[in-house]
Amino acid sequence: MSKTITIDGDSIPFEDGQTIMEAAAAAGIYIPHLCHHPEFAPHGSCKLCTVIVNGRACSACTFPAMDGQEILNNSKELNDDRRRITQMLFVEGNHLCPGCEKSGNCQLQAIGYYLNMLDNHFLHFFAPRELDASHPDVLVDQNRCIFCTLCVRASHKDGKDVFAISGRGINKRLIFNADSGLLKDTDLDVSDQAAHICPTGAILIKRTGFTQPIGERLFDHKDISETSLEQEQGDHDR
Amino acid sequence: MKQFIQDLAEKNNHQAKQLLQILREIQSCYHYIPEQAIEQLSGLLAIPRTRIISVVEFYSFLHLTPKGQYELLISDCITDNMHDKKNLTDYLAARLNVAVGAVREDGLVSLDNTSCTGMCDQGPAGLVNGYALTRLDRARIDLIADLIERREPLAAWPADLFQVEDNIVRPGLLLKQSMVPGEALRSAFKRGLKATLTEIERSGLRGRGGAGFKTAMKWGFCADEAQNERYVVCNADEGEPGTFKDRVLLNSFAHQVFEGMTLCAAIIGAKRGFLYLRGEYLHLYEQLQGILDQRRQAGLLGVNILREGLDFDIDIYLGAGAYICGEESALIESLEGKAGIPRNRPPYPVTQGYLGKPTVVNNVETFLAASAIAVNGADWFAKVGTEKSSGTKILSISGDCARPGIYEYAFGTTVQTLLNDCGATDVLGVQMGGPSGTFISSQEFDRKLAFEDLATGGSVIVFNENRNIFDIVHNFTHFFAHESCGFCTPCRVGTSLLRKQVDKIYEGHGSAGDVAALEELCQLIKNYSHCGLGQTAANPVLTTLERYPELYQGKLKKISYEPGFDLDGALDIARRLAQRDDAGAHLSQVGDHE
Ligand SMILES: Cc1cc2nc3c(=O)[nH]c(=O)nc-3n(C[C@H](O)[C@H](O)[C@H](O)COP(=O)(O)O)c2cc1C
Ligand code: SF4
Ligand code: SF4
Ligand code: FES
Ligand code: FES
Repeated sequence: MSKTITIDGDSIPFEDGQTIMEAAAAAGIYIPHLCHHPEFAPHGSCKLCTVIVNGRACSACTFPAMDGQEILNNSKELNDDRRRITQMLFVEGNHLCPGCEKSGNCQLQAIGYYLNMLDNHFLHFFAPRELDASHPDVLVDQNRCIFCTLCVRASHKDGKDVFAISGRGINKRLIFNADSGLLKDTDLDVSDQAAHICPTGAILIKRTGFTQPIGERLFDHKDISETSLEQEQGDHDR
Repeated sequence: MKQFIQDLAEKNNHQAKQLLQILREIQSCYHYIPEQAIEQLSGLLAIPRTRIISVVEFYSFLHLTPKGQYELLISDCITDNMHDKKNLTDYLAARLNVAVGAVREDGLVSLDNTSCTGMCDQGPAGLVNGYALTRLDRARIDLIADLIERREPLAAWPADLFQVEDNIVRPGLLLKQSMVPGEALRSAFKRGLKATLTEIERSGLRGRGGAGFKTAMKWGFCADEAQNERYVVCNADEGEPGTFKDRVLLNSFAHQVFEGMTLCAAIIGAKRGFLYLRGEYLHLYEQLQGILDQRRQAGLLGVNILREGLDFDIDIYLGAGAYICGEESALIESLEGKAGIPRNRPPYPVTQGYLGKPTVVNNVETFLAASAIAVNGADWFAKVGTEKSSGTKILSISGDCARPGIYEYAFGTTVQTLLNDCGATDVLGVQMGGPSGTFISSQEFDRKLAFEDLATGGSVIVFNENRNIFDIVHNFTHFFAHESCGFCTPCRVGTSLLRKQVDKIYEGHGSAGDVAALEELCQLIKNYSHCGLGQTAANPVLTTLERYPELYQGKLKKISYEPGFDLDGALDIARRLAQRDDAGAHLSQVGDHE
């Protein structure tokens, strides 16, 4: 008999070693997430994927699926709180979507839409963040970084370790692996996966910002819950 | 410098997991981590430079820019503040002509605040180049300032400045018994290791670091793991403000603590152990190394211990100013030379800990109690305490009381008994378990010290009726925002939002809606954070809001909405530019005219 978990009342099968996120995705159930990507080891930091497992809050992207788990995912309470967590990410950085090249292709923005986020709720931090435009093909604007570490994980996999997160607490920042500290002096190549993985507009490919017009972008016609299920099947290289 | 770093890397076998220890030595020699050192180390340890920078920027005691040749840090614990810390720091700053948070122009001295240094029974306290300074007052500050201006090396400073007292006021079951080194191990081998684990299980011993996990169960899980390389770690990070009992245990009962670790190693089959000592307790380092040497010479550590075929040794690792490193998985990351970021669980340390191998992490007091149980038996311990919390608990009591210090009580003792014994009168409330614990009011002094009622890792801070609840909440909330590792969104952003919100109310700009928002924010941080730090960071607000709602209401303005933005304040620069300060150059805040 195959093992099952229950998500919002639906019984779904899973394989040993799968996380709740993976089992859900395979069964066509969307769990909101930002720091999770099926090709990389899970990180568990954004906390958007929090679900209630047998009464306890757990990160779906890191928590293993185990037989008989009763899981709450798409509840009003959870989505209300996920909206607050998304708002935290917005006020922590400086996100001026109307002027951002990523608008429409941005997962942070798309999650905001999905969770019906209509304002920022919290006070803005207005923290000064650095911008590095030194690289010929890639631009990093830390105003939009949400510290998901996807670029760090991807660049490690590329064998280059171009990116790292430094600092503690609210003073976190992204740093680059070069004596000068500048992106142009790192090994980053525009074809690296790390240059394309950022869920927000923090890492942008130069001269491509508007090749895809506003209105024809990923989330302009489709909800992130749909695109995510279409694109993100996988088991992080197990 | 090149040679120095080369030698350091050599001494540490070019191992990246030694990074934090190496950086500590560089900091203490150069008072910062120079760019050249980063470059060289990156080559010598074969790690990216970003890894080094991220470790430097994580720990409060490491710096990318030069600090003074005398690095002065003043403990910003609530207890220090209750003893005039603020004025004394200002006095010190004026005496040395250096601003708080700055380095003096000639580079001689730097001054800053730091989180609780674990000297709450003899504060205000501080650190100079990592060494504890106690009982600061104006006379001692004058002396310190003179010594610094004369560039006197620390070795030539009067020893009295560094004198740390034990202040054991009320010894109990554990602190009264004296143990000959080796006695616990001999008893355990005589009884049999399996039987000794059963004895510990029967004693009901639960972890003394706060969470209260059954010690025998933890050791049993680890022993049952298939991997045969295992580790024992003693958690002496003791970062919870108001806790200082581990400092005393390591100063006067270190043999017994190390013996508890060795006992654990024998039972679980570990060959190596670590004492993770918080950087603030640097003053204990040499002395503890000496005790380890004594134990090696006595055949109680090293190869074939007591000729029983047990091989085990202990290394001491120093922290570098990060409260989060007391969390066991963050501590393990730190032992591996990384930033102290808590891991995802499962897997738990007992299955995958240090270097991915099964690891037992226990508090200092837990190891001490385990060795005492090995000698005296389970009943000796279990006959004291309550059904769910057997034995005694060693407390650090500080704050408004006549006799701050170390007290040992059977579980089940009431708070009122503690207060009577330490000489506390006119008590407003007591912070049990430090900022991450519970604030209890004078209505609750019949409550009991126990896992099932008031659990505490050892911190008990007493506040008398002259104290202001908001000073306490303000201090604690700033502490958590400063110490959040920043890994997860709710804690990283949430603790800073909470700090701002508490500041707003504290400074008298709060409005009625703010209390509801405050409570909502607290719940988000508590329910969604990744580790115990975030999950308890809102406790100072939650536990006082529950008890003193009228105090919070009283602090708020009578308007329904107070902007987060100070309109008039924002015009200040414009006023200065225009050299105007008349009524027309001021804007009133919305709702002020009510
Ligand atoms: C933020 C945080 C700080 C902690 N600090 C300490 C500490 O300083 N000392 C300690 O023994 N346990 C501390 N703990 C608890 C440890 O994670 C762990 O539970 C404990 O060391 C286990 O030992 P025990 O079972 O003997 O209590 C802390 C936990 C958290 C979440
Ligand atoms: S990164 Fe996304 S959320 Fe941020 S400004 Fe750009 S589009 Fe908006
Ligand atoms: S730059 Fe982008 S991918 Fe990298 S950590 Fe920031 S948000 Fe994540
Ligand atoms: S997706 Fe699980 S914590 Fe970010
Ligand atoms: S950073 Fe530790 S709880 Fe989030």
